[in-house]
Amino acid sequence: MGEKRQKTAQEQRYQQRVNEKMPRSKTVSQCVRAFIAGGLICCIGQAVRVFGETTLHLDAEGVAALTAIVMVFLGATLTGFGVYDKIGTWAGAGSIVPITGFANSIVSPAMEFKREGLILGTAAKMFTIAGPVLVYGIGASVIVGLIACLLAK
Amino acid sequence: MKQKRLGRQTVVFEAPPRIAAGATIVGDMEGAGPLGGYFDLILEDDTWGEDTWEKAERKMFEQTVRRALERCAMQPAEIDLLLGGDLLNQIITANFAARELAIPFLGLYGACSTMAESLLLGSMLIDGGYAGHVACAATSHFSTAERQYRFPLEMGGQTTPTAQRTVTGAGSSLLVEAGYAGGAQFRHIFVTGGTIGRVVDLGITDANNMGAAMAPAAADTLAAHLREQNRTVSDYDMIVTGDLGSFGSEMFNELCRDKGIDLSDRHRDCGNMIFDLAQKVDCGGSGCGCSAVTLNAFLLRRMEEGDFTRMLFMATGALMSPTAGMQGDSIPGIAHAVVIERR
Repeated sequence: MGEKRQKTAQEQRYQQRVNEKMPRSKTVSQCVRAFIAGGLICCIGQAVRVFGETTLHLDAEGVAALTAIVMVFLGATLTGFGVYDKIGTWAGAGSIVPITGFANSIVSPAMEFKREGLILGTAAKMFTIAGPVLVYGIGASVIVGLIACLLAK
Repeated sequence: MKQKRLGRQTVVFEAPPRIAAGATIVGDMEGAGPLGGYFDLILEDDTWGEDTWEKAERKMFEQTVRRALERCAMQPAEIDLLLGGDLLNQIITANFAARELAIPFLGLYGACSTMAESLLLGSMLIDGGYAGHVACAATSHFSTAERQYRFPLEMGGQTTPTAQRTVTGAGSSLLVEAGYAGGAQFRHIFVTGGTIGRVVDLGITDANNMGAAMAPAAADTLAAHLREQNRTVSDYDMIVTGDLGSFGSEMFNELCRDKGIDLSDRHRDCGNMIFDLAQKVDCGGSGCGCSAVTLNAFLLRRMEEGDFTRMLFMATGALMSPTAGMQGDSIPGIAHAVVIERR
């Protein structure tokens, strides 16, 4: 029990064959697309930043908050209109990695599970995808904070 | 006293039951595919006026059974047994549809092999004298399957090239005893035997590569069938698998070759037939509905018209579970075969 079963020779042979023959993702073209889409999203973010600095005369903290708010709003809204998944199909990591992708990963399960109710559906399922990112992201920031605190003393 | 059994897995029928009718309901994407002209009903809206996709899928299951019965001018009360299943947890589609139909019901879970499983069991029960009229059905729905097995629909991401698209479709067949003389859509189609599959698992863990996970089961069942029936591939006009998709079919062909079985050009896969390449479905269609609608809408009709006389219909199931997958288990496969003949 609990012990991992040894692979038989037949299993090994078959898995090797599958790995050799299966169609591959087009990594180069996907990287190019991700670069273009991710870059565009970041350019929009940068434009918001510049707007905050020059027009609204916000300080560094205010600008960071404004940019995050606007980008999350955009990601969430495009998800709501059913557009973000289409962008994602084309852009791959380019639209997953930026903060708009984070918004998409929270809004999409919230929408999908609305039919199971506002509590056990929307609220409970909202973080099924983003939850691990939050847990380990916040967890890591606490650890880094503690180390920084100790080193500073 | 196993006089209707050959070898370890194969059964042959003394008085082969007939498939008297079939019915199908599919989603818009399936309707836009190469078989679009054959389906009885193509849904424009994948909720079919219901407030959830699950309810829509139930309605598809129920209505497809009713349509098949109508073709033989029968009422649900005249059916001795309903056999069927779907992909959802606790096979809720089949259970709730069976509640509406009120036909004595045995629910089946064979993942995407359900259509063949139901035909095989139904035929055995008829030939055994336990039922006269049996309705067999299977459904799957892209949106219900995605939310149970994968990610929310609105989440932006890419599929891997070995992924397959779950077919939104419900298919049903009405089996009747050999001596049946009532109204029917098909007059010449008989189920003459079949082979019960074993669960075969060569350790594929990638849920986006179900074709490769199922191919060994398909090859195992085909080899058992040919051995026990003492037949070769050339005894069949067509060997039809359920939803191996393009890559799974390639592996199936290779595994058969290893076993000394040459499929030559006799192999077809429902997953490759239902969509065309321009529909961007990676390796093809999958789901219980895939083989169920391809069989009932297309294959049986072609057979009735005399295009071919004997096929081995072998629906393949990836017995995948999100829980087992998360715990690091592999995806076991199964394939059941039924011999369908024109007489």
